[in-house]
Amino acid sequence: MEQVRSFLAMGGYGAFVWPAFGVTALVMGWLLATSLRRLRGLERALAEHGLIPPGGGGARRGGTQGGGAKEAAS
Amino acid sequence: MHRFANPGRFLRLANTLLPWCAGLAAVSIALGLYLALFVAPPDYQQGESVRIMYVHVPAAWMALFVYTAVAAASAVALIWRHPLADLVAKASSPVGASFTFLALVTGSLWGKPMWGTWWVWDARLTSMLVLFFLYLGHMAIMNAFEDPARGFRAAAVLALVGFVNVPIIHFSVEWWSTLHQPSSVLRLGGPAIHASMLWPLLVMMLGFKLYYVSLLLVRVKAELLAARLRARAYAALDAS
Repeated sequence: MEQVRSFLAMGGYGAFVWPAFGVTALVMGWLLATSLRRLRGLERALAEHGLIPPGGGGARRGGTQGGGAKEAAS
Repeated sequence: MHRFANPGRFLRLANTLLPWCAGLAAVSIALGLYLALFVAPPDYQQGESVRIMYVHVPAAWMALFVYTAVAAASAVALIWRHPLADLVAKASSPVGASFTFLALVTGSLWGKPMWGTWWVWDARLTSMLVLFFLYLGHMAIMNAFEDPARGFRAAAVLALVGFVNVPIIHFSVEWWSTLHQPSSVLRLGGPAIHASMLWPLLVMMLGFKLYYVSLLLVRVKAELLAARLRARAYAALDAS
């Protein structure tokens, strides 16, 4: 118990060390979660239109995606 | 490299690489955290507060690395007109902005106990803040045009012009007198940091880099799928 308390205290700098690690975990986790959620949503929408097989796998029909990307840039 | 500019090939490559990158990122970050929190020694001057370094330094490096990637992708997009390069820049920018934000916040949390202040307007801190605004400007300008191609072009020009800030940030601690310490890893004559602290730092660095690559693959893939969905919607509109 004493060991845990001294670890959490971080030699008196706990109030700075833990928020630094915490904010890093939060921001990196949030970025990952929102990026994955967007990808899943798009995969679902494309599967509903029959453009990709259900469950994602956008690459399995690889060669056909060229038009889409050119559209994004044009 | 040209072969991977084809979106179909890119998607196949992304699907193959993603599990490996994500798995290695998770392992490196877990190992890095263990080394940083339990194995690395406290600093003889800074005590345990030095552990903030293991998130602050990788975040700051990634802030610069991602901006360099955005600028390189922008150059490729402007010169060779590769549509995938625009998407790489678009997918990277929010990630880089997040790393810059983290570098600023963790730096502030380290500065308070060590320097006695959350913030000073010195060269390193100010140029990092400018980098944060460059990222925000890049994201804003990209979406400011009705025609996406014009948005991509304007953002690419901004990214290239803003790249001048990257060497300024790197050398700011040498060119101006600043509270921020000079570089202790990337310097002539080898690292000035003991191996017991260098290794945890390098492992965290590797983890952060692999995290960025994994996230980039996910985000570029999403951009490509979004483009397909838009193309489908336009086609349906034309047909009706």
